[in-house]
Amino acid sequence: MRKNTWTRKLAVAALLACTVLVTGCGSGEKKKDSDTIQMTNVSYDPTREFYASYNKIFADYYKEKTGKKVEITQSHGGSGSQARSVLEGNEADVVTLALAHDITLIEDQGLIEEGWLDEFEGNSSPYTSTIVFLVRKGNEKGIKDWEDLTKSGVDVITPDPKSSGGACWNFLAAWEYADRKFGGDEAKIKEFEGDLYKNVLVMDSGARGATTTFVENGQGDVLIAWENEALLTLKEYPDDYELVTPSVSIKAEPSVAIVDENAKKNGTEEVAKEYLQYLYSEDAQKLIGENFYRPSNQDILKTFGETFDLSVEMCTIDDFGGWDQAYEDYFADDKIFDEIYSK
Amino acid sequence: MREEMRDRGRQDGLSPKQGEGGGEMAFGNGDGQKSGQKGIVPILLIAVGVLFFLVMLVLPLVEVIYRSLKDGLESYMNAVTAENTIAALKVTLIAAVIALAVNTFFGLCASWLLTKFEFPGKHVLSVLIDIPFSISPVIAGLAYIMTFGRMGWATPIVEQINEWLGTDISLVFSIPGVVLATIFVTFPFVSRELIPVMQAQGSKEEEAAVMLGARGLTIFRKVTFPHIKWALLYGIILCAARAFGEFGAVYAVSKARGKTFTLPLEIDALYMAGSADSITQAFAVSSLLVALAIIILILKQIVEYCGKDNR
Amino acid sequence: MKNRQRRTRRASVIPGFGLTMGVVVAMLSLLILIPLASILAYSFRMSPGEFWELVTRPNVLQAFATSIGCAFAAAVVNCVFGLILAWILVRYDFFGKRLIDAMIELPFALPTAVAGITLSRMYSDQGAMGKFLARLGIEASYTKVGIVIALIFVGIPFVVRAIQPVLEKLPKEYEEAGMMLGASPFYVFRRVLLPELMPPLLTGFGLALARGIGEYGSVIYISGNSEREGTQVVSYVIMQKLNSGSVDYEGAAAIALVLLLISFFLLLLINVNQIAAGRRAK
Repeated sequence: MRKNTWTRKLAVAALLACTVLVTGCGSGEKKKDSDTIQMTNVSYDPTREFYASYNKIFADYYKEKTGKKVEITQSHGGSGSQARSVLEGNEADVVTLALAHDITLIEDQGLIEEGWLDEFEGNSSPYTSTIVFLVRKGNEKGIKDWEDLTKSGVDVITPDPKSSGGACWNFLAAWEYADRKFGGDEAKIKEFEGDLYKNVLVMDSGARGATTTFVENGQGDVLIAWENEALLTLKEYPDDYELVTPSVSIKAEPSVAIVDENAKKNGTEEVAKEYLQYLYSEDAQKLIGENFYRPSNQDILKTFGETFDLSVEMCTIDDFGGWDQAYEDYFADDKIFDEIYSK
Repeated sequence: MREEMRDRGRQDGLSPKQGEGGGEMAFGNGDGQKSGQKGIVPILLIAVGVLFFLVMLVLPLVEVIYRSLKDGLESYMNAVTAENTIAALKVTLIAAVIALAVNTFFGLCASWLLTKFEFPGKHVLSVLIDIPFSISPVIAGLAYIMTFGRMGWATPIVEQINEWLGTDISLVFSIPGVVLATIFVTFPFVSRELIPVMQAQGSKEEEAAVMLGARGLTIFRKVTFPHIKWALLYGIILCAARAFGEFGAVYAVSKARGKTFTLPLEIDALYMAGSADSITQAFAVSSLLVALAIIILILKQIVEYCGKDNR
Repeated sequence: MKNRQRRTRRASVIPGFGLTMGVVVAMLSLLILIPLASILAYSFRMSPGEFWELVTRPNVLQAFATSIGCAFAAAVVNCVFGLILAWILVRYDFFGKRLIDAMIELPFALPTAVAGITLSRMYSDQGAMGKFLARLGIEASYTKVGIVIALIFVGIPFVVRAIQPVLEKLPKEYEEAGMMLGASPFYVFRRVLLPELMPPLLTGFGLALARGIGEYGSVIYISGNSEREGTQVVSYVIMQKLNSGSVDYEGAAAIALVLLLISFFLLLLINVNQIAAGRRAK
């Protein structure tokens, strides 16, 4: 008898606890507005300004074309963690990430259909960028090329390749330079990279953190940075920094894709496709150039000849056997990066 | 106010009882004068304490406020009234209020259970309750994602429940996700404030009430509650302070700016945007949070003050 | 012991055991334990050999050493200054006392990322405090010193708030009697006050330590995260596993599990310490 009331009370209590939880969570129910289309674009850090402007021109364009209103929610962060969030349930209709590899991660989980890379022009990259150096005004250490970063007394700022996808590109660009210089002598290339990474003063967790360390906290002589970020910093502080383009660099192709499964679920396939396709329009390509990414449209790229150094020789990730191979060869535990860095 | 506290201490028999008037004088100290507040030692101690306080706590604050006002008052106002900031403020408040309700309810139950009864496993239970206190926010976020995320094992269950109820609630990357993460990190705050007070109170009064035939809820309302109400309020306030400031755990389950971002996430987003303007805006929004924190901490002081008057 | 037995018997009179037990267990399981169990489940996807190999990798071990070492140093500093702060807040009157008392919890309320960004700038060699320390030959930001500073910031409320209530209940006549008998302040402190304050001091120390070992937001901006300098903390290594080119949930969960166990045992020790203190007080 006594035990009976005890268990009953226990059940009541558990029920009570659940009610509190459910009422707690119920407030977050999604409201769906029928006359506006809601869409989410999961992107990475440096594209904030660009997509803020682009979403406006796209909404105008789409309204004119179809008469429907479209509202786009932006999500930004480190490219790798953004891709991860989509895997974990962040309901992105489109992803516009820094590296094709991050989109492949989502594809591997079946959220994006195979063949996305050919869905849009130029490997689904409406804009590209490359790796450059940002130095303090006057360039006192005389930094001209990768080689100068290995000299003693030069303090380099670059993020941690083991935590930031973008930082891997810095490493690979330097590798390409050394490869050409030493004619493929791997021991010498490793030594070169070892010397370079010995000069790294602060290794932030991501590209944004590294920029902050260099610009806001005044650390280091040279920042290895994405061209678009370096140009943005230059625009903000024209009197404090200079941009140095190395002789050899790597071409980064930030990629875009429709997250098919989510788009199907949300009924946004059509608008998502339109959204990414419109990135290749003349207006959008101009906007891309104004936001310091290299437009994929060669004619428009040429009109930005003053902004970008178009003479730089660029290798691509394919020279390293594609991203997955490169990651496995260079950055996995106990592979080349660990080897040269812990020496 | 501290004096009153100490005076109560005396009456509780922790120190020799003093006479109404004369006994007080015998010790040579009025309430205004504190023990040993002469000589070099107290001055030194105060100097060291205040210096530490200034350097470690005030200086970072000054830096935040200084940087938030760098571009003048107008851009400050623009930053704190921006659409995204207001949206983030709303989410922060929603999450904090729900977390408070849940944790208060839990805290009352837990402190009742842990102070009024003896049972096997009590200490382990008490440690488990305290876990969110010391857990890395990184782990908290990871744990939620691994449970309720798209690949999480509990997701099919949540979907099943959604089907039954005809709802479309997602526990990650949504407001409920933010609420859950906030509840997680503030979970033990109320119980931790209540347990010592209820322990010190003992159970004699409640037992007497039981003997007199009172029912459970009546006992709680009439006997226990008056003793713990200030501690409860204090716990709630602390809980609120923590809920407003949480970053790591919420960051793992909230990615949509202007929709599910809380104030700390909005600050991070502004800071990470990287332009000189947006960094100043980030500090402006931070100062908003600092103001919120200070209001709460002042409230806490008032509560402490009232608590000591009314008991 | 006798006391305890009596309490058990007495306690059974009070109603609400089933109800509160049900609520506590249900909520605790749903909100805390089930999510945490996922971490356990994920890390068990590795074989014991893999698990061991991962958590004994040099960079992981080093991260644990850094986290524990820096959190320990910060907790020690916090104990010294936390004791002084609690002491002056309870025993003395001075201008601004209320303000200090009100602001002790500020680190709870300030988002850790804001604290981290602000501190890293202040203590870099371009910042106000950094310049001062640089003149003394100390580099703060991007070294372990920086990590310790950040952890002092997040840990101070734990220590002050643990000591304060105990000190308030401790009659000042204790130390006055000692002083009247001609003992030096230091002697009084060591022999009279310290034994009384030891349990709350240990509690505060333990909480600050536990919090410091897992800290992330306030640390990553100031630490520099260099494997070579040993400035990576455990939380950072977990994030590394998650955000690097290959998303490694199992690895992250494995390291998280070790961290979880450490916090659990620290809390257990604190609890035992508090129970012991409670018995002594009776």
